[in-house]
Amino acid sequence: MPKMNMVQAINLALREEMQRDKNVVILGEDVGRDGGVFRVSEGLLDMYGPERVMDTPLAESGIVGTAIGMAAYGLRPVTEIQFMGFIYPAVDQIFNHAARIRSRCRGRYTIPLVVRTPYGVGIKSPEHHSESSEAHFCHMPGIKVVVPATPYTAKGLLISSIRDPDPVVFLESTRLYRMIKEDVPEGEYTVPLGQARVVQEGRQVTVISWGSMLHRALQAVSAIDAEVIDLMTLLPFDEETVFKSVKKTGRVVIVQEAPKTGGFGAEISASIAEDAMLYLKGPIKRVTGYDVVLPLPKLEDYYMPTANRIRKDIEEVLKY
Amino acid sequence: MPEKTIESFSVKRLEILNETGDADTALMPPLSDAQIKELYELLVISRTFDGRALNLQREGRLGTYAPVLGQEASQVGSAYAFDKADWLFPSFREMAVFMTIGYPMNMIFQYWSGDERGLKVPDDLNIFPISIPVGTHILHAVGAAMAMKYKGDKKASGVYFGDGGTSEGDFHEGMNFAGVFKVPVVFICQNNHWAISVPREKQTAAKSLAQKAIAYGFEGIQVDGNDVFAVYKATKDAVDKAKRGEGPTLIECVTYRMADHTTADDASRYRTKELIEVWKPKDPILRVKLFMEKKGIWTEAYQKELEEKSKARVDEWVKMEESVEKPSPKDMFLYTYEKPTPRQIKEMGDF
Repeated sequence: MPKMNMVQAINLALREEMQRDKNVVILGEDVGRDGGVFRVSEGLLDMYGPERVMDTPLAESGIVGTAIGMAAYGLRPVTEIQFMGFIYPAVDQIFNHAARIRSRCRGRYTIPLVVRTPYGVGIKSPEHHSESSEAHFCHMPGIKVVVPATPYTAKGLLISSIRDPDPVVFLESTRLYRMIKEDVPEGEYTVPLGQARVVQEGRQVTVISWGSMLHRALQAVSAIDAEVIDLMTLLPFDEETVFKSVKKTGRVVIVQEAPKTGGFGAEISASIAEDAMLYLKGPIKRVTGYDVVLPLPKLEDYYMPTANRIRKDIEEVLKY
Repeated sequence: MPEKTIESFSVKRLEILNETGDADTALMPPLSDAQIKELYELLVISRTFDGRALNLQREGRLGTYAPVLGQEASQVGSAYAFDKADWLFPSFREMAVFMTIGYPMNMIFQYWSGDERGLKVPDDLNIFPISIPVGTHILHAVGAAMAMKYKGDKKASGVYFGDGGTSEGDFHEGMNFAGVFKVPVVFICQNNHWAISVPREKQTAAKSLAQKAIAYGFEGIQVDGNDVFAVYKATKDAVDKAKRGEGPTLIECVTYRMADHTTADDASRYRTKELIEVWKPKDPILRVKLFMEKKGIWTEAYQKELEEKSKARVDEWVKMEESVEKPSPKDMFLYTYEKPTPRQIKEMGDF
């Protein structure tokens, strides 16, 4: 089985889905001849032509807005927003239309759309290239939010997202793009949306994470009897898997790259407090980025949760 | 080196039917008497519908409503030029467009009474649901046209917006994508001179809205938006051109919003009665009546019968709307996603 990094795995998912279904098209900035700034769509222009791999004008709202029209008409567009920090002009389209059209016309039109975007700290780049603003999107019913943490799950989740009848915001950690290689089978398999994955079983503490922070969490628990959950889909998130684990361990640490206030960790924490509090032995801890404007590369390592910070908080909850 | 002129342009305005009911025969599109009567009847019933909607709102039987008064020709004439297989993308004031394509108008009452089921577009019609955020739906029409081109369908899409809409970024992005990808879309701008209280002059320093098309590499034309024949002809030409693969067109229909922005607005705060008086003789319905009278296809008896018929149909739509059962609260959950999420299923337990 070929070993692939996340870029290769996502590229393979796109290639196979385009092969399977002529309605799958790609559009975005530099996705054609250049193969995307991270090379995620490399080779697809030559394989499927400019009618299906569209280099668009430089306009994020235009990319997502036209893709909504395509999706309603029967295509399955996969859009690329070059960096998550540039997604905001498209938010009007995602929130006001993609998320709502099914409801607005009671199901007559649906929007099977994927908005892929690289997110997070990790490539020492200028301002706006390192955001992880997933929580904004998780507060919008009508869309799904997916964040893969490994090449294998990235492929399977992207295939599920493309086939999903509703709009999916698909976040790809730039730090993970080339960090890990693992076996990724060619050919069809899916990883279902809305289901979390228990990466490592354990009894003393549940560590919940997604995307790039999963790997820091795994480093942090190397000597601890911890259960580690990779959420994979944030909206809707898999409460069942989370609660089951919390009921077993009685201790919770949530790790996210985004700032603490209003982050998605708060939603998980509140959900546990509502539905599983009596199983808890101690407080829920969140290890997060700081509540600051994301710094430029010289300070970014101080911003992100480290394995040490995560370990410290785990040790803290293990005292209970 | 001398300076060179690298581009020069002109903008055309089309008028066919004047205020006294005389048409320019050279420009008149080939419409049969039956079609002219059909257009007239659509104009009349659209106004009847609109008046009834205002009354219902005042009686508390309808929610906030955006009247179409004065813009009937821009909407009827343009919508009439599309085929049934074409896709239309309305903004929020296009009741006469819905009327023209044969939308069940009881459902439009239902929508304005606060019920999403009114926008569950029947399967045999291709119109998008009413879109409130100004200008944002322009991109959807362009995307649908991109999909039509990709699939090789000989269809066009048409999108409705106003003079205010041309100030939005999505107008620019939509026009730009349409030009770059050369897709079969017709942009129908109803310049009704007012974006709530802000006059057309404050939206752009450009002399016309039609000329904006030139910057995107395709044709723009201004028409007398109160002239149903001119609007029809300009739109028909644009639809035919789109289907020949010759790309998009922007049509600026110069018309006037004779009523308030919506029933929640009071236009007397920002515009004088005199301004409206200027537009009364330009009424889009009156001139068709005069034209038909001169042509010998209009009589008092026909008018009386038409008015009675229109009123009866609108009465029927109101009756149908008001006899519909309230929606189930569960509907809130059933149309957010294809399948409700586990959390939604729990929440539905409240009902």
